[in-house]
Amino acid sequence: MSQRIPVKELTDSFRGRAVGALADAQLRTNFRVAMDSLMKKRADAFPDEEEREGLRELGNHIKARALSRLPDLLEQLETRLTANGVKVHWAETTEEANRIVHSIIEAKQGSQVVKGKSMVSEEMEMNDYLAERNIECLESDMGEYIVQLDGEKPSHIIMPAIHKNRFQVSKLFHDKLGVDETEDVNELIQIGRRTLRQKFLEADVGVSGVNFAIAETGTLLLVENEGNGRMSTTVPPVHVAVTGIEKVVANLRDVAPLLSLLTRSALGQPITTYVNMISGPRKADELDGPEEVHLVLLDNGRSGAFADAQLRQTLNCIRCGACMNHCPVYTRVGGHTYGEVYPGPIGKIVTPHMVGLDHVPDHPSASSLCGACGEVCPVKIPIPELLQRLRQENVKSPDEPAVVQGGGSKYSWKERALWRMWMALNTRPTLYKCFLWAATRLGKLTPKNLGPWTENHTAPVPARRSLHDLAKAHLNAEKTSGDRS
Amino acid sequence: MSARDNILKKLRAGLEGSTPRPDQFDETLVTEPWQYAPEDRIQRLRSLMETVHTEVYTLAAANWPAKVQELLENRKLANLLYAPGTGHGQQLAEFWAEAAAEQNLLAYDRPIEEWKEELFWQVDASLTGTAGAIAATGSLVLWPDRHEPRLMSLLPPLHIALLKASEIEDNLYSMMEKQNWSAGLPTNLLLVSGPSKTADIEQVLAYGAHGPKELVVLILEDA
Repeated sequence: MSQRIPVKELTDSFRGRAVGALADAQLRTNFRVAMDSLMKKRADAFPDEEEREGLRELGNHIKARALSRLPDLLEQLETRLTANGVKVHWAETTEEANRIVHSIIEAKQGSQVVKGKSMVSEEMEMNDYLAERNIECLESDMGEYIVQLDGEKPSHIIMPAIHKNRFQVSKLFHDKLGVDETEDVNELIQIGRRTLRQKFLEADVGVSGVNFAIAETGTLLLVENEGNGRMSTTVPPVHVAVTGIEKVVANLRDVAPLLSLLTRSALGQPITTYVNMISGPRKADELDGPEEVHLVLLDNGRSGAFADAQLRQTLNCIRCGACMNHCPVYTRVGGHTYGEVYPGPIGKIVTPHMVGLDHVPDHPSASSLCGACGEVCPVKIPIPELLQRLRQENVKSPDEPAVVQGGGSKYSWKERALWRMWMALNTRPTLYKCFLWAATRLGKLTPKNLGPWTENHTAPVPARRSLHDLAKAHLNAEKTSGDRS
Repeated sequence: MSARDNILKKLRAGLEGSTPRPDQFDETLVTEPWQYAPEDRIQRLRSLMETVHTEVYTLAAANWPAKVQELLENRKLANLLYAPGTGHGQQLAEFWAEAAAEQNLLAYDRPIEEWKEELFWQVDASLTGTAGAIAATGSLVLWPDRHEPRLMSLLPPLHIALLKASEIEDNLYSMMEKQNWSAGLPTNLLLVSGPSKTADIEQVLAYGAHGPKELVVLILEDA
């Protein structure tokens, strides 16, 4: 009998969730259709290969240059923002970041928060944290709103509700908002617009993410199509932006290529409908805009990735989602299978630094290393290389120093010993010959149960004669026949 | 030690022994593919903006207030939010008085707190100026200030924007250079490239997600 994984464990593991997702025809169709369309849009947005490659090279250069001076740039950003009237906070952990956000809301005696799309706030699980403290934290991006209404998590970093179709959304709105069912996408969006507009009006605090933080001018740049980001950052009396420490760039000029790379890679758009550049709170004589603007800079494991020159490249990421759109694994298993905030290839290389590699030990291996992610990455993160590196970190022995937190959880002395034997066998000709002699003659003794392999296959039986042996015989026969002629 | 000190210390430790990379920004990559003859700029801007459902009209500078009134009339709208402290705001008000136009002019002349409900639910349209436009991406540059607040281009379902043809630049980079953005930015600088939209349900494009459902750009040819 082959070993069977208990059902409970199945749903708690990447493998188990993948099995479930693969069997869900609707989910697979939703993803397949969406990813095909996003891939085509990106391709159409970069018609000139030379232009695209030049821009990617520049994008990589800008991010690598910024990272090579990261602490200085963060200090410069803080100085400039402070001079502009923005209050800057630092948080090492998500818990700390949540506490900061909560204290800002409390100081205003706020009870209602509207949120523009922010992956860092997902990382913090800010909605839950605030809900536990009786503060309503409402997502205002249409996709995020749908996902939140259904008690789910986003399945894609750019298109959070991509796993749902219009019928599922219609049913959800009907059940939760009491509106009539409709299959008209426009009507569904208008329902969302009306509901959320009232929330923007009432909100005490607006929360957003940041796409680029510009050190030179002390500016927070946000991109979006819907206008909910502008609402969240303009209407409520207080705006709190949360972002990872890697989002800082040196100057405004650097943003020109990054912005173009971001919107074309993500959605195939030359630019998003809105590019929102915030450099301070409302001035004394201005008539709208928040009276207070805060920025929370979150580490949450990023400095760990930063410490290693190779893994540091993970922090180039500008969160466009192109790697997941082009990933054959992501397209088939969907975003929820990853069980973490960041799915897909980028999720696989960034999550270990946030939650520890031991929490996501299967992630680095859930890849065929086909290379598509690295090929489309607008800032040229060598994702396949980093996945291989994480696989090595995963099986490091406890005696070696761990580079990634939670590294070495897949270390097995049996496996290590087996590979040692394999190495010995293949580097010592005499030993190899003895092994071949035994394997070809004692093949019948091969065990019938070879772990996962024999779940779906019969156990292999070694051939009676080795390839070596056969080749030698073949060459000898040719030689003999050659001699005769 | 504070979180700030800890984070900076860890980052500095990670950089030990390395030197900052030199700046090798190649501006030709963001300028050369995006250059247009002056006479082609309007066409490029127009076609990109029309692709995302923006209405674009080119007209003589003297005619724009009448065009604004026509746009409101055709849509049977009751009021228009405007900025009385701006040059174009005054021009509009003068035209409105002379033409005895029936649509109500709403002046954005007091803090949002004093009329939030009305701004959110009862304003039909707004008129703002622009600080130019970018041909490469089909984007308007909005530079809100105390006279023309930021929400004017966001809350009303219809946003009408005035653009001087002479202020259309080739690309974002040349716009930044021309207007010397790095020397000082407003509290909220905006690039607007169409009406608000979303594709969050099945990637089906729907307009009027949270911001304006309609954007109309009036390009003033001789201004």
